Amino acid sequence: MSKLTGAQILMEMLKEEGVDTIFGYPGGAVIDVYDELEKTDINHYLVRHEQGAVHAADGYARASGKVGVCLVTSGPGATNTVTGIASAYMDSIPLVVFTGQVPTKLIGNDAFQEVDIVGITRPCTKHNYLVSDVKNLARKVKEAFHIARSGRPGPVLVDLPKDVVNATTNFSPPGEISLRSYNPTYEPNIKQLKKVVSLIRTAKKPVVFSGGGVVLSKAHEELTEFARKGQIPVTSTLMGLGAFPGTDPLWLGMLGMHGTYRANMAVTDCDLLISVGVRFDDRVTGKTDEFASQAKIVQIDIDPTSIQKNVQVSVPVVGDCKISLRQLNELLETEECSDRAEDRQEWLAQIDEWKRTTPLAYKQEDIIKPQYVIDKLYELTKGDAIITTEVGQNQMWAAQYYHFREPGRFITSGGLGVMGFGLPAAIGAQVGAPGNLVVDVAGDGSIQMNIQEMATAVQYNLPVKVVILNNCFLGMVRQWQELFYNKRYASTQFHHTPDFVKLAEAYGAKGLRAKTPDEVEKVLSEGLAHPGAVIMDFVVEQEECVYPMVPAGAPIKNMLLV
Amino acid sequence: MTEKRHLLSILVDNEPGVLSRIVGLFSGRGYNIESLCVAETMDPAISRITMTTRGNPMIIEQIKKQLNKLVNVLKVFDLTGQEYVQREMVLIKVTAVQQHRAEILRITDIFRGQVVDVGQDHFTIKITGDNEKISAILSLLRPFGIREIARTGSIALFREKK
Repeated sequence: MSKLTGAQILMEMLKEEGVDTIFGYPGGAVIDVYDELEKTDINHYLVRHEQGAVHAADGYARASGKVGVCLVTSGPGATNTVTGIASAYMDSIPLVVFTGQVPTKLIGNDAFQEVDIVGITRPCTKHNYLVSDVKNLARKVKEAFHIARSGRPGPVLVDLPKDVVNATTNFSPPGEISLRSYNPTYEPNIKQLKKVVSLIRTAKKPVVFSGGGVVLSKAHEELTEFARKGQIPVTSTLMGLGAFPGTDPLWLGMLGMHGTYRANMAVTDCDLLISVGVRFDDRVTGKTDEFASQAKIVQIDIDPTSIQKNVQVSVPVVGDCKISLRQLNELLETEECSDRAEDRQEWLAQIDEWKRTTPLAYKQEDIIKPQYVIDKLYELTKGDAIITTEVGQNQMWAAQYYHFREPGRFITSGGLGVMGFGLPAAIGAQVGAPGNLVVDVAGDGSIQMNIQEMATAVQYNLPVKVVILNNCFLGMVRQWQELFYNKRYASTQFHHTPDFVKLAEAYGAKGLRAKTPDEVEKVLSEGLAHPGAVIMDFVVEQEECVYPMVPAGAPIKNMLLV
Repeated sequence: MTEKRHLLSILVDNEPGVLSRIVGLFSGRGYNIESLCVAETMDPAISRITMTTRGNPMIIEQIKKQLNKLVNVLKVFDLTGQEYVQREMVLIKVTAVQQHRAEILRITDIFRGQVVDVGQDHFTIKITGDNEKISAILSLLRPFGIREIARTGSIALFREKK
């Protein structure tokens, strides 16, 4: 046993947890941790704002499948992480956020840069710790990683007082840990799964409804097998995009407020809804009383609180999505299913009919349509890029017009809806999946919420591409004002916007602009081929709306169409 | 769905911040706490929280699941509908002028209460019992003038199976 300081113990534990990447920002309370970090092989990415560090760790976690790690100082450093933590909590992304804290003897004294970050983040972390004794540090760090990555993943915060980091103790790695009060259920109840199979056997109009849980548990192959085996069409939440190939004939498109016509109609009309890894968010259900009201609802989820929270469920299954779908596939294997395709003919024909009569559509005329930019982006990248988004119209058009074939390719702040998420998330994704083309689809509003991270991208030679759909408006709020507030555009128009091309150049990146439809392809080709970071500014139709649209709180079959 | 009162008994890690996690869960999600009682168990590492809450069956199910999800919560028991014993203690400071003192003492006696403090014109009475018993004595003493009360909130344990 050797005597180590808290900072050294932290480094040992990070190595033990396989951490090779940290996003962070130093300060007085963590200066000793940074001093030790410098001596290790861990790559530290110095962001320009702590919020950027958390979103970058989020993007990193989703692109790499590992736990994202942040390190920031006390007080404002810690409070700046809160939005990122809350976003990761809503989207179930595994993060461990280390915050500095004033020395234990000063806690509670309103010391310089003191804030009760454990208190502040209690409702938006999966769990959090204030480490008050260096002897507990190793174990708490181990627990933090264990809790972040297991069960329904989520962010865990570890608050490190400066004196704890500097104190010394005998260090021995804590080894395996088990928490008596934390044991997620992975194995589903087989009786419940058999009930699901018997429902599938008799259903005439079944739909699979898949969500972020399928992406998180890497159950995409099992999901695809399940849908094809049962000949069941698939829709998904925003967070679930990519878990089922967007090019498959059974794919319905996204569900909900900006879902496709056929997805919303199919769920309204179905007699069996098999939901996997979803939590029935209000943006998906619309008016819950009329959501799949004809259907028996099956819900498979690792988190029991997600089940029966917003809608009544006929067959609840608590378990891991991957294990549950695998076992369902095995059960279906033994079933007589040769004539299933025939059984489904009528239902699939109805869905085709909806698709034919009311597809996603826009008209490209004189001014660039934002949908056209995404269409072209999809075409030029052959659907292989990792797409991050900001929040609002840009996010919805990316979700509608980029047809994701694999999980981990669509990285968006789904639950919390954080503007300013896309650029730092793209930076994290680029670090986590080097060699991939990473594109942030942004609006001119949200890009300005974390534009400073362009400097991070340039400093670390991260060739992220930013596509700005520039309409000089906060487009989604403007759309609501157009549709529901008599076009009173209260505070949604930017009367001044920076020149994004010059701004890109000022950051040392490349800047390009397209003003007419025929320039779109040229700008995209040039920008995507550039070896470094790029901002592409597309001057788009100012008052374009995202359609279909279900007004908030209405049944999802009540869609406003183009 | 009809609302009903539920009595929950929750075993938690005896650590700083745990009560705050539970109370924060209730306020953050708009659940109701009617009474709350917290103290150490036989094992000093574990505390027992006894809580009465109210909600329809779907809300009560969510409350139990959300509590179970907290890392510091070891076990959640819903005593409602089960065999259990429940007690609450109340201290009642009642105005006791000369002509009423005998009557107040008689009532206290009937309820097996105790006078724990006495003054020229008041008694402070200690009563233990279930909610109904406490409500009953409060309504009997009210005409004499109740100055203050302090209630502990319910505590409860399952009855052992016979």
